[in-house]
Amino acid sequence: MAYLLELRKVTKRFGGLVAVNHVDFTLEPGRIVSIIGPNGAGKTTLFNLVTGIYKPDSGEVLFEGRPLVGLRPDQITAKGIARTFQNIRLFSNMTVMENILVGMHTRFRANPMDILFQTSRFREEEQRLRDEALRLIRFVGLRASPDELVKNLPYGEQRKVELARALAAHPKLILLDEPTAGMNPQETAETTRLIRRLRDELGITVILIEHQMRVVMGISERVTVLDYGEKIAEGTPEEVRRNPRVIEAYLGRGAALEAIA
Amino acid sequence: MIRAKAVEWIARIRNGRSIYLIGVLVYIVAALLLMNWLGQPGMRGVAWYPLISALAFAAFLGSLLVIYYAPMAGAVKALLSLAILLVLLPLLGVRNPFLLEIATQAGIFAAMAIGLNIVVGFAGLLDLGYVAFYAVGAYLWAIFGSPQANIAFGTNRFPLEPEWFFLFLFLAVGVAALTGILLGLPVLRVRGDYLAIITLAFGEVIRVIANNLDKPINLTNGPQGIRPVQRPPLFFKPWLQSLGIRADDPVLYALYFYLLVLLVIGFAIWLARRLENSWVGRAWTAIREDELAAQAMGIPLVRMKLAAFATGASFAGAMGMIFAAKQYFINPESFTFMESIGILVMVILGGMGSIPGSIVGAVLLTILNLQILKGLSQMLNTLRQAGVVIPLINFPLSQWPTQLEPAKYERLVFGILLVLMMILRPQGLIPEQRHRMELAEAIGREKEPERLPIEEELPPVVSAPEVKPARD
Repeated sequence: MAYLLELRKVTKRFGGLVAVNHVDFTLEPGRIVSIIGPNGAGKTTLFNLVTGIYKPDSGEVLFEGRPLVGLRPDQITAKGIARTFQNIRLFSNMTVMENILVGMHTRFRANPMDILFQTSRFREEEQRLRDEALRLIRFVGLRASPDELVKNLPYGEQRKVELARALAAHPKLILLDEPTAGMNPQETAETTRLIRRLRDELGITVILIEHQMRVVMGISERVTVLDYGEKIAEGTPEEVRRNPRVIEAYLGRGAALEAIA
Repeated sequence: MIRAKAVEWIARIRNGRSIYLIGVLVYIVAALLLMNWLGQPGMRGVAWYPLISALAFAAFLGSLLVIYYAPMAGAVKALLSLAILLVLLPLLGVRNPFLLEIATQAGIFAAMAIGLNIVVGFAGLLDLGYVAFYAVGAYLWAIFGSPQANIAFGTNRFPLEPEWFFLFLFLAVGVAALTGILLGLPVLRVRGDYLAIITLAFGEVIRVIANNLDKPINLTNGPQGIRPVQRPPLFFKPWLQSLGIRADDPVLYALYFYLLVLLVIGFAIWLARRLENSWVGRAWTAIREDELAAQAMGIPLVRMKLAAFATGASFAGAMGMIFAAKQYFINPESFTFMESIGILVMVILGGMGSIPGSIVGAVLLTILNLQILKGLSQMLNTLRQAGVVIPLINFPLSQWPTQLEPAKYERLVFGILLVLMMILRPQGLIPEQRHRMELAEAIGREKEPERLPIEEELPPVVSAPEVKPARD
């Protein structure tokens, strides 16, 4: 089966620290998978390597069979990889609508002349994408007005704007960095349903970094566990839950021995 | 009969928005009467005249702001603004050329503030050497529009005829934009403070080059500067004469430059507003807000920053050229670091990212600089010559050190203004407004029947496979 995303022996060092160490990772299209691991395990670094924010020291990253290493983040986004950030990074002094329109940046075709003379191409495109942005707002379940500045929105709503902004680019693959961080159980459940809809309704492949085990176990078809930059386990949620190395990484050696005994 | 008519009129005024129109008209007439009263001969001797006339002029120009804020139809606003800018102000200016000079200079700064606002306000790139592009435009025309090019290239083809002015205006825009790109390419990879330092250095480098390029080839004539710079062609003079209007060349040129500057501002506003309301402007603002997230949205940082730099620079180039032609003479002194700071203060005072703010900032600071501070200096001089003594402390004004003349307070005033703005109103006098969708548009969508969102818009990228564990 052709992989959508493939990492081959990817390594990233920061000075003496090996943040990601010889990680292999493959992902078929249409999956929802999770990456878990204790704090500092290299999960977000892995996302940054895929999206081009960091360049790996060695190893390869392939998207639809083509290498990504060496491309700029904006070029990688244009190829169909979108992401959200662990600590929300919205354009806080822009409105909800504007944030989503920025997310559509790669899809605008009007050239500067169209813009200056407001040709029909410019106006139609602007209208069409604004309409789509309104539909995206509804899709993620935002209750705020599209004209509200995002910095005035409550936390949960901001998370939804960030998701809508990522979806705006029509990605094939979306990387969600702790999408339920800081949410209450009800919001978490809502987000979990939403993530499933991304795949089921829009056909987008999802990788998520997640700490809430209920979310991870609930929706992931496969879980990859990182610890100290190394992949220590991979498999279905059930397999991973029972893996002694995983228990050890999370709870310490003693707990692992107890669990086996 | 008359009474019925009056009642009808009053009702109409009460119903409609004409009440605002009347208010605006009253304001304009009042400001005009004030200007007229101050323009009478003999008024100049009145105490504090420079201050009063400056404030009156500011109040008169303020009528544009009143129009801008009044809730009236766009066409009415445009008509009133044009009447003020194209009729009233030139009329006042013919009577008092100094006012026209102030207005022209304010206009030059306003266009540059709009340009710098694109770089600093929209895209958030702190450019402390903006005046360099102004210098590039100014020297471009000064060299070829004067005999200076003969000295440099050993011909006697120059100065170019006035008719070349307009071609060179486009050329100045292009050359300044190109300079912006050339500077931007190496510079825009650095961020924040570093960008500010490098642009500052670049501004100074251009000035120092202008100061020293009198050898080995004498291109800029060094510190002596270039004179005389060719003025734009008075192509309309024969038409005026055929209409029976006779005017002296100085008056004509003053009006000419005023209208030319107005035209460029109009163009600048048009361009900046169109860009602001498109994916280009949104990308710039996104870069300002969060560079990393902007790039993650697919925005090519270097290209968009270069575009901002080049667009901003092109306004400065055009204005530099008009400035050179207007002043008749340029030297490196006109392009110091203080000029860059001055334009930056205009943008900050008006409100970063706000086009009307940039204009208001430019007008206020120009009036402050050229009218109020200079006027106060003149007043001080008269008092000094009259042998006035400050009461209570018995200090004769003739001993007041010349270093402390108000005209030399410019930097002090800029500094105080910046500090006050940062403390009291960091968003500026007329803060940037994010664009609201038309209300009707949003409401109209709400009324649409609920349907499964974006399904028809987003075709599935891959067909969703049935859910099964990754490992069987």
